[in-house]
Amino acid sequence: MLGTIIIVFREVLEAAILIGIIAAATRSIRGRNRWLLGGVALGLAGSAVVAVSTETIASLASGMGQELFNATVLGIAVAMLAWHNMWMTTHGAELAASAKSVGGEIRDGTRECSILLIVVGLAVLREGSETVLFLYGIATSDASSASTMLTGGVIGLAAGAAVGYLLYAGLLRVPLRWFFTATTVLVLLLAAGMASQAARFLIQADLIPSLAAPIWDSSALLPEHSVPGMLLHSLIGYEDRPAGMQLIFYVSVLCAIALGMKWASALHGVKR
Amino acid sequence: MINARFVSFLIALFAVLLAVSPAFADDTEFALVIKDHRFQPAELAVPAGKKIKVKVQNQDSTPEEFESHELKREKVIPANSTATINIGPLKAGRYPFVGEYNEKTAQGVIVAQ
Repeated sequence: MLGTIIIVFREVLEAAILIGIIAAATRSIRGRNRWLLGGVALGLAGSAVVAVSTETIASLASGMGQELFNATVLGIAVAMLAWHNMWMTTHGAELAASAKSVGGEIRDGTRECSILLIVVGLAVLREGSETVLFLYGIATSDASSASTMLTGGVIGLAAGAAVGYLLYAGLLRVPLRWFFTATTVLVLLLAAGMASQAARFLIQADLIPSLAAPIWDSSALLPEHSVPGMLLHSLIGYEDRPAGMQLIFYVSVLCAIALGMKWASALHGVKR
Repeated sequence: MINARFVSFLIALFAVLLAVSPAFADDTEFALVIKDHRFQPAELAVPAGKKIKVKVQNQDSTPEEFESHELKREKVIPANSTATINIGPLKAGRYPFVGEYNEKTAQGVIVAQ
């Protein structure tokens, strides 16, 4: 059962951390809960569809369909997170003002909310389809072990969701003058980590070279599959044996989004 | 702007790296079979310093995920089907892998030499 708990926890963690950060970052947008839940529901429905069509996806692109699918989902999520941060740069002041007034909410959030829906949906979709396949495997194997392992699945899910919630609750306690910087930096690192994962799938598909692989090995110091390693992986994209190309993707996306934010704030003449 | 310069440097670096990468390197193929949630053979000897392809045939009626932290690979292999996994070039050494959905029994190691 422990194995099941760990597998489901690992899959849920990444999506839960993303949802926790995004939920905190958009706390004063009107009706954002509906959009968040909608994103989770869409992601779950999408997971089932992806799980059912695994065979079809796998056979695409001369057998590299799965890698390209994962890289594309991650790529779109990175773009959405980039957009979110740029939006935050221009609306940050407004959001801060409305967060200070009790019950104050921002109206101009519809476009941001649809981004929210997509990014949450994609995060759930990516991790969800693998969990669905895993649980399906258990369900179709012998029935006696199925119930214990499904219990494990529920515990893993609850533990992952709890981490996401703790992060959310913790972020809400951050003083307002630090709050937007904190969430912006977290989203930035989240996006860079996802870009590095996308690079890993493109390397696996043999579309780009790995370059120095690995560029370092910190698996003795902080193994990626340990709990702190898993948390750092989901939060900032930590890997214990990354390829050189992943580092290039990570740094490039970090710089590109930072530049985009500068450009967005300059365009709107917002003094920060 | 320093940041803009840095980004264009990275983009240029990226383009050069893409151009010089050996895109049409000779691939060597190896075969693995998954049966009753076990890998056969459990130990696979491959040449070091070369790109290889491992064809994994899943003969079970449940999906399996080939996963290896050491090789940095994860790929779902649907029931009763075959998937190709690109690996390497590897330094000489032992690279364990597991079937994540049945980690207790599905274990193996790739030995690069």
